[in-house]
Amino acid sequence: MKIKVIVTPKNGVLDPQGKAIQQTLNSMNFIDVSEVRQGKYFEIETDLKDEKDAKKNVEDMCKKLLANLVIEDYKIL
Amino acid sequence: MKSSVIIFPGSNCDRDMDVALKKFGFKNKMVWHNDNVIPKSDLVVLPGGFSYGDYLRCGSIAAKSNIINSVIEFANKGGLVIGICNGFQILIETGLVNGALLRNKYLKFICKNVFVKANKTQNKYFNKIKKDILELHIAHNDGNYFCSEDDLKLIQDNDQIAVEYCDINGEVSEKSNPNGSMKNIAGVFNKKKNILGMMPHPERVIDNCLSSNDGSYFFENLLSNMK
Repeated sequence: MKIKVIVTPKNGVLDPQGKAIQQTLNSMNFIDVSEVRQGKYFEIETDLKDEKDAKKNVEDMCKKLLANLVIEDYKIL
Repeated sequence: MKSSVIIFPGSNCDRDMDVALKKFGFKNKMVWHNDNVIPKSDLVVLPGGFSYGDYLRCGSIAAKSNIINSVIEFANKGGLVIGICNGFQILIETGLVNGALLRNKYLKFICKNVFVKANKTQNKYFNKIKKDILELHIAHNDGNYFCSEDDLKLIQDNDQIAVEYCDINGEVSEKSNPNGSMKNIAGVFNKKKNILGMMPHPERVIDNCLSSNDGSYFFENLLSNMK
């Protein structure tokens, strides 16, 4: 089973890469873009058969490794 | 005094640290990250570099390596632990010190000498140091210190800010902040102040033939406070 996770910078945490992407998009004439936040996307292949168990396990992984909860939020899709 | 420097895959300041520690009189041992136990030590150093290629987040993979449990145990017993640059990032990822280190504000890898002001109160690292405005070297991409407002209040109330970026006269201002760090923070202590994490590299400036000799004050002072 494949579990998908998105990790993004928390609101209020400076995201200089997102800012640079936004400025570049603006300079490419995408003038409607007012903010970009850059995150990470993970696809985790697990041997567990039960989706609930697998998601619970992935949640543990997020807390312990995949996200730094001081600066990032995670979302299991 | 005995010290141990941990080597992770991708560490590149481990040997500089070994040279510096030995120069000032430490009996130093190099310890591989895959070992489970640190040799008997008075000081443990997590060196700078790019452990595990900075994959995922700087320091995050090294923070889960075999040796880290014994480093945490050593630190929790009050042992002195220093993390320099990537070592600071590893300390952050283990949770031994508060906060996070974000990408530098202007997205540039910064490699230059800076001045930092040391906090001399109640810690073995800077107490009685002969010079408290130090010219040290920084070389990092992710040194932009960040923590929550609550954590900032905690570390301020407990006097845990160890070093701040400043100018040659010791003035701490936005102008002397190289990377966007909150409150110009270049390094922090844990609550008990036996753990020091900082971005600047004292081990790179330990001889007059180098760009600064101010790292010498740091090591000399630390050794004399440990005796």
